[in-house]
Amino acid sequence: MKQEFTITVYTENQIGLLNRIAILFSRRKINIESLNTSPSEVEGIHRFTIVINETEEVVKKLARQIEKQVDVLKAYFNTGEEIVWQELALYKVSTDEIAEKVKVERLLREYGARAVVIRKDYTVFETTGHRQETDRLVEVLEPFGLIEFVRSGRVAIIKASSGFHEKLKEFEQTEPGEELVENEYLDKRDEVFTM
Amino acid sequence: MDTLELTAEKVEANEKTVVSGSVAVLEAFLAEGANIIFGYPGGAIMPIYDALYDYRDRLHHVLVRHEQGAIHAAQGFARTSGKTGVVFATSGPGATNLVTGLADAMIDSTPLVCITGQVFAHLLGTDAFQETDVINITTPVTKWNYQVTDATEIPSVLAKAFYIAGSGRPGPVLIDITKNAQLQKFDYDGYKRCDHIRSYRPKPIIRKEFVERAAKLINEAQKPFVIFGQGVILGKAEKEFKKFIEKAGIPAAWTILGLSALPTDHPLNMGMLGMHGNYGPNLLTNECDVLIAVGMRFDDRVTGRLDKYAKQAKVIHLDIDPAEIDKNVKTTVPVWGDCKETLPMLTDLLEQKVYPQWLEKFRDCRDQEEETCIDQELHPLTGQITMGEVINTLNELTGGEAVIVTDVGQHQMVACRYARFKESKSNVTSGGLGTMGFALPAAIGAKFGAQHRTVVAVIGDGGFQMTLQELGTIMQSEVNVKIIILNNQFLGMVRQWQELFHERRYSFVDITSPDFVMVAKGYRISGQRVDDRVNLRNALQAMLDHPSAYLLEVMVGKENNVFPMVPQGCSVSEIRLK
Repeated sequence: MKQEFTITVYTENQIGLLNRIAILFSRRKINIESLNTSPSEVEGIHRFTIVINETEEVVKKLARQIEKQVDVLKAYFNTGEEIVWQELALYKVSTDEIAEKVKVERLLREYGARAVVIRKDYTVFETTGHRQETDRLVEVLEPFGLIEFVRSGRVAIIKASSGFHEKLKEFEQTEPGEELVENEYLDKRDEVFTM
Repeated sequence: MDTLELTAEKVEANEKTVVSGSVAVLEAFLAEGANIIFGYPGGAIMPIYDALYDYRDRLHHVLVRHEQGAIHAAQGFARTSGKTGVVFATSGPGATNLVTGLADAMIDSTPLVCITGQVFAHLLGTDAFQETDVINITTPVTKWNYQVTDATEIPSVLAKAFYIAGSGRPGPVLIDITKNAQLQKFDYDGYKRCDHIRSYRPKPIIRKEFVERAAKLINEAQKPFVIFGQGVILGKAEKEFKKFIEKAGIPAAWTILGLSALPTDHPLNMGMLGMHGNYGPNLLTNECDVLIAVGMRFDDRVTGRLDKYAKQAKVIHLDIDPAEIDKNVKTTVPVWGDCKETLPMLTDLLEQKVYPQWLEKFRDCRDQEEETCIDQELHPLTGQITMGEVINTLNELTGGEAVIVTDVGQHQMVACRYARFKESKSNVTSGGLGTMGFALPAAIGAKFGAQHRTVVAVIGDGGFQMTLQELGTIMQSEVNVKIIILNNQFLGMVRQWQELFHERRYSFVDITSPDFVMVAKGYRISGQRVDDRVNLRNALQAMLDHPSAYLLEVMVGKENNVFPMVPQGCSVSEIRLK
C-alpha cells in the first residue's frame, strides 16, 4: 500500500548531488512531492528532506540506492507519525478585499496566519503547519481572490533521532565501528519481513 | 618525485614543485600504476596530450578510432587485468561517445577512470564550441563524477577517483577537467593515494550472526544450490569460492559474468544460469531448498519470471553492495561484505558433505540437454557449420587457455555456453547492458590486460559492423587479437525472437555485410573465410598460429536458434529444450 514517506538524507555539500539524488526517483518514475535542502545540525553536512508517496518496499530500496551514492552519508525514511514536520506557505490577497470583508480577517485569524507585508494594493500572509492546514486556507481564500500562493518544501525532524554529530564521528573513522550498521532495520528483520 | 624531473620546474627558493594540471593528471596515473591509456585527442584535452608527449616512455597511450572504442578497450583491460582501466577523451562529442561504455561498465561493475577535457571554465554554460554538460549526462551511468575547474584539486580528485572506481563494488568514474585547469600551474605537493572517504563505505561490516545463520541453513539443507556471479572475480575470491563449494559439496552454476571464476571442468560446475543457460541449473533452481547467491544480482535474464523464481527455497545472498540485497529476490539471510572475507568465514562453519542424489538430478538434466540440443550443436554431421562447433573446436585447440571476448547476441550465448575455461578473468562480455560492438575494442584492451595470453574475440556479423573501425587500432598498435566472425547473415538473436514470438515476421534483421576478409586486408590484417566444415579446424589452427592479428570469418547456419531458452516472462521451470 502506498503511503507518505519522508526521506531524510545527510550528505556532503557537493555540486551535482541534488541531480544525482533526484534522478534516482525520476528513473523509477516516482514523483517527488516535496524537496528541501538545508544545512544540518553538523557544520558542512547538508540535509535533504524528500517526501514521496510509495510503498514501504519501494522506499526501502530507494533509501539504499540513495545511501549508495558516494557523497551521501546516510538516508532515513519515516512515516508521518515518526517525525515532527512543518511546511510554510505564503498567500497574497488584495488589501481592499480584506479591509472590506470582515470574514477574511476572521479566517486569517482562525488559521493563525501572520501578515508579512501590508501594502495599499496587496497583503502577504504566511502560515506554517501541515499541508492539510495550508491547503484549507487556500480553499477558503479563493472566493475572495487569492492573487498568489506558494508553499515550501517540507522540513522534518525525526523524533527518535539523536542527531548526526555522533554518527559523523563514526563515519570519519577509517574502520567503521559496530555502531555504523547500514540499514539498521535489519536488526528488526523478523518484524519487518514476512516471507 | 623522480618521475617529475623531466617536466617540472623546480622553484629553488621555496623548494616547491610547480606543475601544470595536466602533469598532475599523468603523475596520478603513474602513481596508480595506470600506465596503459586508451584515448583520442581533441581540442579541450590538448594540454593533457601535450604533457603526455613527455611521458611516452612511462605511459603507453593507445590511439583508438572512436571514443566508444577507447572505453570498451579500457573495460576489456580491466576485466582481464583486474586493474582499473583509464580513458582520455575530449569534450563534447568525445565525451558523449563514452556514454555507452560508461553505462556498460556501470551495470557490469567495471572499474574505470575516464578523463574528459572540458572547455575553459569561463565558457561553461555559454554553448561554447564542443561544450556539453558531461557531468549531468553521465551522472546516472557513473559511480561518481566530478568537474575540476582548478588545477590544485587534481591530485586529490584523481586519488578519490581511483579509490572509488576500484573499491567496494567497482564502477566507472568520470573526471571532467576544464582546459584552464589543465594549463594552470600550481604548487604540487606530490600524489597521495586515497584510502578513506567519510561518506563512502565500500565494504559493509560483516555481521557474524548472519554468517552463522547462513551456515546453519546450509548445514541443514538437503538440496542446496549455489549460484555465482562476477563478485567472485571482482573480489579475487576464486580460491575461497572453490573451497566453499568443495567443502559443502554443493553444485554451482554461474551467470555469464561469473563465467571462468570456477574452472569449467570442475565436478561441481553445473553450467550456466538464465535465459539461454543450461537445463539443470534453471530447472533445479525451482527445486533446491537453499539457494546461495554469491556476488550476483538476480538479473531478470537470470531469474525469468520473479514471482515464480525459487519460491520454495530459503535464499542466502552474499554481496558487497547492500542495495542488491532484497532488490529483486527477497533473502532469508543476507550476508553483506566482500566475499573474499565472508566465504572463508562461512566455509569454516560448514560441515563436509556430499549430495550424490541431488547431483544425480543435475546429471540427468545434463543428459537430456546433451541429447536434445548440445549434441547437434557441437557435433552436427550435415548442414552448415554451427556456432557451437566453432567454439568446441576452438576449445580443443586452445585447451581452454584462451581469453574469450564476446559481443552480444546468439554467438555470445553459444560462446558462453560452450567455451571452456581453466583460468579466472578469461571471459569478457557485455552482460548487463548487452552492447553490440563491444567485443572488438574490448578484445584490444583484453590483450593489453593479459599480454601473454591468447585473446580470441567472437563476434557476430551485426556487432562487428558497429565498431569495425577499431581494426585501425589493431593495425596501428599491432595488437595480436584473433577475431572470429560468426556470420549467419542475420541479426540472429532478434531473428530468433521474431521466429518464435512474432510469427516469423523478419522485420529488418536481414543484414548485408561487406567482404570482412577484404576489409581486414585493407587494414593489413590477415584472414580467411570458411564455409565448409572440413576446413574449420585448420582455419582455426592457422588463426591461432598466425604471429599477429587475424580475422576468421565463419559462415554458419542462417536460421539456427539458441536453445535451451527460458522465454521472456516465463519461469525458469518453463525452460524449453527446443
